[in-house]
Amino acid sequence: MVNITINGKEIQAKEGATILEAAREAGIFIPTLCYLKNITDIGACRVCIVEIEGNDKLCASCNTIVEEGMVIETNSPRVRSARKINVELMLSKHDCNCPTCVRSGNCSLQTLANDLNIIDQHYCKEAKVNKWDGKLPLIRESSKCVKCMRCVYVCENIQSLGVWEIGGTGTRTEVRVRGGAKLSDVNCVYCGQCITRCPVGALRERDDTEKVFDAIADPDKIVVVQVAPAVRAAWGDGLGITPEQATVKRMAAAFRALGADYVFDTNFTADLTIMEEGSELIQRLTDKTGKSKIPMFTSCCPGWVRFLKLEYPELVPHLSSAKSPQQMFGAVAKTYFAEKRGIDPKKIFCVSVMPCTAKKYESAVPEVNSADAGNDVDVVLTTREIDRMLRASHINCAMLEEEEFDSPLGTGTGAAVIFGATGGVMEAALRSAYYLITGKNPDADAFNFVRGTEGVRDGTLDINGIKVKVAAASGLANARRIIEDIKAGRAHYDFVEIMACPGGCAGGGGQPIKEGCELAGIRGERLYCLDKAADIRFSHENPDVIELYKSFLDKPLSHKSHDLLHTNQWYWSIK
Amino acid sequence: MNRLEFRTTNRAWKTMDEICGDLSRRVLTSPRGNCPAEVTAAFLRLCVAQSCGKCVPCRIGLSELATILERIFEGNGTKEDIVLFEKTALAIKDSADCAIGFEAARLALDSLAAFKDDYMSHVEKDCCIASFDAVPCMALCPAHVDVPGYVALIGVGRYADAVRLIRKDNPLPAVCGLICEHPCETHCRRGIVDDAINIRGLKRFAIDHAGYVPAPKPAPSTGKTVAVVGGGPAGLTAAYFLTLMGHKVTIFEKRKKLGGMLRYGIPSYRLPDDYLDADINVILSLGIDVKTGVDIGTDMTMADLRAKFDSVYISIGAHAHKKLGVKGEDSKGVMSAVELLRTLGEGTKLDFKGKNVVIIGGGNVAMDATRTSIRLGAKNVTCVYRRRQKDMTALPDEIEGAIAEGAEILQLMAPVRIESDENENVTALIVQPQIIGEYDRGRPKPNSADKPEERIPCDYIIIAIGQAVDSAHFAANGMPVKWEQLQTDNAAYVPELPGVFSGGDCVFGPATVIKAIEAGKVAAANIDAYFGTHTEITADVEIPPASYLFRPATGRANMRERASYERKNDFELMEQGLSEEEAKQECSRCLRCDHYGCGSMKGGRQYKW
Repeated sequence: MVNITINGKEIQAKEGATILEAAREAGIFIPTLCYLKNITDIGACRVCIVEIEGNDKLCASCNTIVEEGMVIETNSPRVRSARKINVELMLSKHDCNCPTCVRSGNCSLQTLANDLNIIDQHYCKEAKVNKWDGKLPLIRESSKCVKCMRCVYVCENIQSLGVWEIGGTGTRTEVRVRGGAKLSDVNCVYCGQCITRCPVGALRERDDTEKVFDAIADPDKIVVVQVAPAVRAAWGDGLGITPEQATVKRMAAAFRALGADYVFDTNFTADLTIMEEGSELIQRLTDKTGKSKIPMFTSCCPGWVRFLKLEYPELVPHLSSAKSPQQMFGAVAKTYFAEKRGIDPKKIFCVSVMPCTAKKYESAVPEVNSADAGNDVDVVLTTREIDRMLRASHINCAMLEEEEFDSPLGTGTGAAVIFGATGGVMEAALRSAYYLITGKNPDADAFNFVRGTEGVRDGTLDINGIKVKVAAASGLANARRIIEDIKAGRAHYDFVEIMACPGGCAGGGGQPIKEGCELAGIRGERLYCLDKAADIRFSHENPDVIELYKSFLDKPLSHKSHDLLHTNQWYWSIK
Repeated sequence: MNRLEFRTTNRAWKTMDEICGDLSRRVLTSPRGNCPAEVTAAFLRLCVAQSCGKCVPCRIGLSELATILERIFEGNGTKEDIVLFEKTALAIKDSADCAIGFEAARLALDSLAAFKDDYMSHVEKDCCIASFDAVPCMALCPAHVDVPGYVALIGVGRYADAVRLIRKDNPLPAVCGLICEHPCETHCRRGIVDDAINIRGLKRFAIDHAGYVPAPKPAPSTGKTVAVVGGGPAGLTAAYFLTLMGHKVTIFEKRKKLGGMLRYGIPSYRLPDDYLDADINVILSLGIDVKTGVDIGTDMTMADLRAKFDSVYISIGAHAHKKLGVKGEDSKGVMSAVELLRTLGEGTKLDFKGKNVVIIGGGNVAMDATRTSIRLGAKNVTCVYRRRQKDMTALPDEIEGAIAEGAEILQLMAPVRIESDENENVTALIVQPQIIGEYDRGRPKPNSADKPEERIPCDYIIIAIGQAVDSAHFAANGMPVKWEQLQTDNAAYVPELPGVFSGGDCVFGPATVIKAIEAGKVAAANIDAYFGTHTEITADVEIPPASYLFRPATGRANMRERASYERKNDFELMEQGLSEEEAKQECSRCLRCDHYGCGSMKGGRQYKW
């Protein structure tokens, strides 16, 4: 331990801790802007500066290590003045049109300016506007960027893609797409991890809320909503209601209150995915022709699928041909459901609520559609967008009566809900694969070794003599590691689950943002609680899925299943 | 009113002089890779501030040039702006009344010519392609040694770790601690505050205080074999890294001992054998086969090596010498500096006692020959150079040291012919006095002055005007050669000879030891890639955190040399290392650009390569 004094208070700090960490530990608040734990401590914003006795200069507390006997002031007149001026300087180069910014009320710069009581502005206001293709799932507004560089580091270090770079020098230093290229020309997978790390509104998803409001207002459209597993773990965070209030049933009620005609659950097609993908896995493992590629990679995560297609196209045959639950839902809604209800599928407006920005890209891939009624999924909204719609509609969600999902596409099992956390698809698949091979259910928690926050988890199972080596990973840098290991022959797997976002969809790029907090773990836990409490915890036991096969699809991997629920990964357009 | 008055020292002017001094230091330490358009615009604004405002081109034109440039780098410029810029600058250069104007315009034109791509990128793509060197010392070291890292380690007394960290990129730390030309210091950011850190001095301090630091353990054997031809710094470096990567290396060295020019070209008063051998012993401790006394071309052929080894690295150096091309050059007593220094390296000391020796040349090798001649007992040693002393390419310290030891620098004298007696022994060098003339490629050219020839009586003439590569055997075996230098691409690959790599003086021409180390490192990386093994080189050394204390302007501690009256009589090491007190102070001056500024912003430290 190191003895230091902060603001006259003597404290003991851990050796090697930064001043910021030591202060936080002692309950002393130092404001920050660019600093983000485990992502960056480059000391660029000069907001977390402190005064250290005996030193002529102020120091960034985020990257200065405590030393024995240090006497620190976090709010001396010098500190206060410099901090305030630095924030004012940033404001002078920031598009301060806060009322029309998606991050208003959840913006670090706004909070800092308010906290520091910045009322007058003394510097020449000039925010450089950039050109951007507004059709992309990811939108960047240079005029709001504070050059904290978090996006650069997240993309480089966590996702190993390096889409963003620091360009120019001096006043013109900017964050830009690598090499000054267009975003569509570099290997961006639209995971949105940069968005959730942005402290201001410089990065956001394409806003598709008006399209949904228009569809709701159109009497000829039947608005069918599906909601992904991970959304239920986070939707309340963007509305300021507690997790206790933000129940799954209240979420269904809220979407219905918005004007949706049917509120369904992507969990239904998550269970369907398990039936198809699980069967495909068994088919691949037992294939004697040698044509099947092992390991099989999951295909639920569009960020990951895009990553593989762009970075390792030679491995595309390893991807499961099963569509993602979102796309299976769209296909089933516009065929089976339309037929069952006698609705013209062209009237169905399929809205998907996802924790994900890459899903916006996925739904627009031409080759993924098979219902012959426009895009199978018409609009993808992120959790943040649905929250904005609820706020725009002035719906008091906390006070809503709880309601059930609609039937039949509203039934999901515990195995489906954990699709929203890293390892969840794998675990759900193993539960059903075990059943398919042995004819009996395993303990539902038998495969929980694939859960967890570590980058990569792996293990070997023995199901009736069939040895299956599996791995689950989240974050694309971890995915790259696994792939490189497989390619180099350092690792051998039969089944690999990858989710592009760290922690899986719970930590998805479309989830509500809370500055400085990595919430994937907590949100994932909420999903595991829902699984634990579920009446049915095996996908193959979902009664409505069983019914779907019985009356419509025949059986997993049937001809019809192939038409509707599978896709030829080779043929996808990438750009 | 008085008819005349003294100009009293004006405090404001004095301050302005100081500001200009600070600014010029700052300009000289400019990091490489700033946006040239923006820097040029800033310089033009400075030129405008210097303008008296009398003549039109300077008064209005310079400011307009800056404005056009600002438009360009702000992303609002067009190709037409570049044309306008060039035309305007030409007009100012041609028509401004005084140097403040026309020299400013010349600077603008030079910038445009050198950085056309940057300018075009701004107008065509609104994209600035400038990219700052994050840590100047590391960027400018050809081997990219982690300078802030080892300076910090020395600062906390971890000398062995400092040596380990240096060896990650450079296996010759003892050699470099003594004789590196330290390009790392040229743009040291500390220069903005006071003066560059004494980086070489600190490296030597670490070496002198670390004790024996064993080499790291090599990677498991790959079964691949490499022949290294030439055991100089490039060959030793390649051998070291290749062995660490798990490949089996055999060094073929023509002479009796390893070291190349380090042993046979650099006199021991600058680099004693024990320093050189310390580095070589660590390198050889990895288990490298060494075949000395084997000349490729005589004892074995290039074809033999290619047949026996998976890869061949040619690093034969530049051990031949260039000739002066004057009458009498074949007289007895005329020799090249390379020959003189080689005899010394081989342990033979020529006897110059009571003799007059003339050295021709102005580079570091000329200074080595000059100071060696003094140590060999010469009565008078005169160094003859065509240009002025300030134009000599030798390090200023070397020239001053030679003068202190009693050498005479005879500037502006071009050799015309060599006189000899009936036995063909040298009697004098005839020189033609020169006048320094116009600049040509950055250096003023000497021209024959309107003065008669002069005669410098002497017994020995040492020619130090450059070295050449003895590349005949390799050229005959299909290696491309230009002006006797072997040709490779930037990655040390020899075109059209798969598996053959080359580097060092034999490719670059005579250069510095650190350039040779760079060559060896690049070759090792690419030979490893050629094998498809991709083994990374790391140093498992944790770097101390940067101190929060900023040390205000403090003088740089320099090394001293033993007194000239003493050192000129022997070949013992003449430079004295920094004291611990000095080393600590130097370390505390380091600004830690790896932590502060853009060092941390642009990807941070490279722990491996």
